[in-house]
Amino acid sequence: MAETLTLLDYWPSMFGMRCRIALREKDIKFEYQEQDLWSKSPLLLEMNPIYKKIPVLIHNGKPICESLIIVEYIDETWKGKAPLLPSDPYERAQARFWADYVDKKFYDPARKVWGTKGEEQEAARKQLVQALKVMEGVLGNKPFFGGDSFGFVDMAMIPYNSWFHSYETFGNFTIEMECPKLVPWAKRCLQKESVSKSLVDPQKLLGFVVEMRKKFGLE
Amino acid sequence: MAGDAVKLLGAWPSPVVMRARIALNLKSVGYEFVEENLGNKSQLLLQSNPVHKKIPVLIHGDKPVCESLIIVQYIDEVWSSGPGILPSDPYDLATARFWAAYIDDKWFPSLTGIAKAQDDGAKKAAIEQVSEGLALLEDAFRKCSKGKTFFGGDRVGYLDIAFGCFLGWLRVTEKMNGVELISRSKTPQLAQWAERFCADPAVKDVMPETDKLAEFAKVLFAKFKNPPSQ
Repeated sequence: MAETLTLLDYWPSMFGMRCRIALREKDIKFEYQEQDLWSKSPLLLEMNPIYKKIPVLIHNGKPICESLIIVEYIDETWKGKAPLLPSDPYERAQARFWADYVDKKFYDPARKVWGTKGEEQEAARKQLVQALKVMEGVLGNKPFFGGDSFGFVDMAMIPYNSWFHSYETFGNFTIEMECPKLVPWAKRCLQKESVSKSLVDPQKLLGFVVEMRKKFGLE
Repeated sequence: MAGDAVKLLGAWPSPVVMRARIALNLKSVGYEFVEENLGNKSQLLLQSNPVHKKIPVLIHGDKPVCESLIIVQYIDEVWSSGPGILPSDPYDLATARFWAAYIDDKWFPSLTGIAKAQDDGAKKAAIEQVSEGLALLEDAFRKCSKGKTFFGGDRVGYLDIAFGCFLGWLRVTEKMNGVELISRSKTPQLAQWAERFCADPAVKDVMPETDKLAEFAKVLFAKFKNPPSQ
């Protein structure tokens, strides 16, 4: 049976970007299907009835949901090339822990940095900067979170790079000032084709964020 | 490495701590259980989990592992010669992980929502939400078990552990609110599964007795209804 692989995604989504990177790391052919999140397709609703969210990976008709679960699925299904997680159980536990930390600590404050104003925005900026500083500490002097090579935690976090310009613009801070080690780290990640092809242009994303802010009545 | 000493920092009422204990029991791994006083956390806990300062923490040799589901996966991978906990098929594993995350992110918060409800209307709505979630999990059980006894098949597996650890709190909630959440009429598969899960040798000694948990819950819920003033 011919293998089919479709990624239901939305171009600005940092969660979708993780899956794009994973598929490209493994050099797997897939069909990218852009979704309209304001008018969700029957396919999306059928494939993710619980959350109705992207990304969804559809492998031979069967859906896998939640970005980090999708990345682990890709790693386990296509074992031969480019392992996405370390092989040592303790290193794997650490990788899962920090990817989970990114999931818990980034999205909500980041959303509020560009999506609110006043005290709420200021509180969110502090939270986001704090989380970024923690990750900068975790990186230390290593080239990647994965050590010498790009790994699971790098993959979980690098999509936020497309959004940093927007957070900086509306949050009135810079990554360079607050957590400078993340700047060369992001550059190193972007040298990988799987990453550069999967992330989106920060300027284009800023334009998107401006439009969203207009919708929320902030502009 | 599998031979190094194992310590588990936890607390007897905590369902997520139970996850780690069940996993260690399934692998027949001996460990020292350190009961934490959450009102006065030990130096060891604060040093081992500086990021979240929460239990459970598994300390293997001198290495700490945090987050209950990450601990369960770690136990399965280290003691790989014991009975498998995670499904071996990648799709079944992705499905199990999905439902475990659903339970943590949506279902268990909806269960605690019942205790936190400030009036009857809110309580009724909270109960309805929990029941809707259980209907989804009943369906998930049918699909994952494939006609067998547990979510994991013939024996207790990852999703059984992820969900089953909450059965004590579920029973307390039923008792305190005079309501049936898992029942033979509404959720027949889950009702049977719950009995089997609680009777499993790896589970029964670490599942707290409902009465003891109910006493603990009364004290805890009083705090929800009368939060300390700011």
